[in-house]
Amino acid sequence: MAKDERIINIQHLSKSFGDKKVLDDINLYVRRGEFLTLLGPSGCGKTTLLRMIAGFMQPDEGSILLDGKDIAGVPPHERPLNTVFQRYALFPHLDVYDNIAFGLKLKKTPEDEIDKRVRKVLKLVAMSDYEDRDVETLSGGQQQRIAIARAIVNQPKVLLLDEPLAALDLKMRKDMQIELKEMHRKLGITFIYVTHDQEEALTLSDTIVVINEGKIQQIGTPTDIYNEPVNAFVADFIGESNILKGRMIKDRRVAFIKHQFDCVDEGFGEDVPVDVVVRPEDIYFTTDPAKCQFKATVNSCIFKGVHYEMWVDTDTGYELMIQDYDPYPVGSEVMLYIDPDDIQVMKKERRSNVLSGVVKDEETIRIFDADFPIPNDFEPGTDVVVDVPFDGVELLDNLDEGVLNGEVHFILYMGNHYHLYVKTEDSDYFYVDTNDIWDKGDLVGIKLLPETIKLSKKDEND
Amino acid sequence: MMKTSTKLLSRIYIWLILIILYAPIVFIAVFSFTEAKSLGNWTGFSMNLYKNLFTGSMQNSSALLSAVENTLLIALIASLLATMLGTVAAIGIYNMKGRAKNVMTFLNNIPMINPDIITGVSLFLLFVFLRISQGYTTVILAHITFCTPYVVLNVLPKLSQMNPNIYEAALDLGATPGQALRKVMIPALRPGMISGFILSFTMSLDDFAVTFFTRGTIGLDTLSTYIYADARKGGLTPELKPLMTILFLIILVVLLVINIRQSKNNDKK
Amino acid sequence: MPYFIFLVIFVVLPLLLILIYALQDGAGHFTLKNIAKFFSDGDSLSTFALSIEVAIENTALCILIGYPAAWILANKDLNRSAVTVVLFILPMWINALMRTLATAELFTMAGIQLGKGTLLFGMCYDYLPFMIYPIYNVLNKMDKSYAEAAQDLGATPGEVFRKVTLPLSMPGIMSGVMMVFMPTVSTFAISEFLTNNKIKLFGTIIQENINNSMWNYGAALSLIMLIIIGITTFLQGGDSEEAVSGGAI
Repeated sequence: MAKDERIINIQHLSKSFGDKKVLDDINLYVRRGEFLTLLGPSGCGKTTLLRMIAGFMQPDEGSILLDGKDIAGVPPHERPLNTVFQRYALFPHLDVYDNIAFGLKLKKTPEDEIDKRVRKVLKLVAMSDYEDRDVETLSGGQQQRIAIARAIVNQPKVLLLDEPLAALDLKMRKDMQIELKEMHRKLGITFIYVTHDQEEALTLSDTIVVINEGKIQQIGTPTDIYNEPVNAFVADFIGESNILKGRMIKDRRVAFIKHQFDCVDEGFGEDVPVDVVVRPEDIYFTTDPAKCQFKATVNSCIFKGVHYEMWVDTDTGYELMIQDYDPYPVGSEVMLYIDPDDIQVMKKERRSNVLSGVVKDEETIRIFDADFPIPNDFEPGTDVVVDVPFDGVELLDNLDEGVLNGEVHFILYMGNHYHLYVKTEDSDYFYVDTNDIWDKGDLVGIKLLPETIKLSKKDEND
Repeated sequence: MMKTSTKLLSRIYIWLILIILYAPIVFIAVFSFTEAKSLGNWTGFSMNLYKNLFTGSMQNSSALLSAVENTLLIALIASLLATMLGTVAAIGIYNMKGRAKNVMTFLNNIPMINPDIITGVSLFLLFVFLRISQGYTTVILAHITFCTPYVVLNVLPKLSQMNPNIYEAALDLGATPGQALRKVMIPALRPGMISGFILSFTMSLDDFAVTFFTRGTIGLDTLSTYIYADARKGGLTPELKPLMTILFLIILVVLLVINIRQSKNNDKK
Repeated sequence: MPYFIFLVIFVVLPLLLILIYALQDGAGHFTLKNIAKFFSDGDSLSTFALSIEVAIENTALCILIGYPAAWILANKDLNRSAVTVVLFILPMWINALMRTLATAELFTMAGIQLGKGTLLFGMCYDYLPFMIYPIYNVLNKMDKSYAEAAQDLGATPGEVFRKVTLPLSMPGIMSGVMMVFMPTVSTFAISEFLTNNKIKLFGTIIQENINNSMWNYGAALSLIMLIIIGITTFLQGGDSEEAVSGGAI
């Protein structure tokens, strides 16, 4: 790809607020004319990234290149970029016309030229008769159009959009998505779009950048991201999915839900733990015993408008979600199969909690500034690596009983148990397997089960 | 729904209080139409006090008129400056975080909690300490001191109602920080600034204690200090009665117009 | 920031000066004499006690009369007109001294002896709007669904008032108290006018001392008042700004 195709190039960008790292070594480029979406849950850092591109915030480290030039020291009003703000940020004391003309007037554009350009963008956003209206009398969708018009009238090199549709109702949002896509096509301007709505991202984008916890998880086209998520987070965040623990037996052969399947993935090695993603629409019903790979019983069936959403219990004790155009009655025994193409195998990000601790005495090890009762044979003061399996972390309702407290931050249903990310007050993480049902945001006490823990002396070279 | 008796009772209660509240004002107004020196002494209907007031043909007319002039001028200057200072201060405080914000809010509250006499005495000591000779300037500085916190308090809510992005939107569209302040922030904050200004103006007009302690010995009088001195001498200048009556009517009309317009606007929305 | 410097010069420094002057003798040496003088001076002490007494009585009177008025004004069934509210605030725009003088004259005309009774009445008259306004503000902004929820849960109108409306309007009452109590203690001209110089309040002594160049003793008396303000503010639990700010006219 030619270098000058990259209109924006972000290199090793990091940003912290206090102790909290909101963006961690972001590397990303944006192609000229593309519609790129920064997608992630709230608080993932996507808006911070957009604000740094716009110039409202300065990165701690790294650089942002616009057309090959570092724009670090350029104040926002001198950057050839314009932003559509989350809640529009129209100037309440100006009417529609003056809002749109604001940027042009500051640049001392001649009156008649301003007039021409304002009318042109008003037509583009289908708001031609509204130029004298007070912005506060407009509906949300109309304000949105004016906000877009106010930005694009300045002919920015890049248009930044910060969750522009978040405040609109569902129907309006769908309509505006189509219009935005159309506008992007007509204008030929590069769009950088921030959203937490995966469906919006899939609909609009040429490229999606999935961000979580300040790190880029995956960059790709909507199809790539949907069909080949690189990790459990992306798989869970984009669309519906069955995420399951599996084991790569050899190339093109994977085991999960206690059955073996053919797949298309290679290069993981033999007998390696992996995560497996199967989309609910990729599990097929069959009546042909030869095709059947496993059997299950339907335990619920709900009509979702276009398709039916069914939960089935497999003969091996796992629960899977299936989407199909035909319903199967609750309680019926069904035969199922999955195509090798539709099985997405992912490297496991981690197999256990690997924590570093310091031995306090033979009964206690200090981890994350808390004293966990773990019997050990090390000298006090020794740095140790504490390896805790996912099911070696116990979560408690009663915060006082926990050695440390945390908040349930992220939940994955793994077919027969839940996998939780629990975040402590100091933003450290515990990864937990449990059969108990927790909700996101629950506060929990954290205990470690000493009998499951493997201890080793920290290698000096680490 | 309320019982009719409750309605009637509450109406009577409200009107009773209003009658008591307005009795002295009506009293002044009524006795502005007679010539007697002391209040409460009716010597027949006459417009002479009004005539005297406007033609200036009374004993210490220049003293009274200059007191009125001083009062208005001090109120105008002090509340204008307080509005400017208070608006900038509110923007600063709004953007502060944590401890700094708490400290500023606390400091800003002090002049509002302090009774006038403490503000007056403390500023008097300040000017003595700094050896600043007291007069017009010190009175205006003192008035700015007790007015600004109220401006801050009136502008802050407008800042939090304001879309937090509009300042950035202006920068984004090519405005320098100065232009963004002038063209976007100030217009959006205007209602808060105006109510802060009006509040400052009226407090300055009505102030007695602070002016009393900070005006020095150059014989600077505002309406309040003039009335105080007058009353201490025994016998008010009779022309104060028509003056007060006129001022009252002006304020009455202005306030009613503002409020009727406001409630009409609210109805529209 | 500039406003911080302004506040330090015109608010913090002056208050420190009160402390410094209070702890100095005329020659500028450190002394506790001024404070001691207050506690050994029968006149000052009794004036102080009387001021506190009058202030408490006046505050109580203002709450008793003002709360129902504020409640009626804030009640949409009883009062629909914003103008009535304005009528309550309007007298504040008339010079307080002039109003007070007129009140005193009215008493004289009616043949009522000027004294503590007229002082209380006149004070209450002067400060009533300051009590009504913050309470009205809080009641007016109060979400009606609290009262409706209480009714829904079986509270009688009396219980709704006692258990929901009154506790929720406490911030308004507290800021009303702040706006009435301390100013009453510290008034000087008003108390003289209302009692024909028969009753002095604490503010008058401060003023007399300052005016007679007894700055150090005047500062000491001011310091005592500041301490009382500190205590009442602390008891009141911080800021009363919410009820005061917004829609001042």
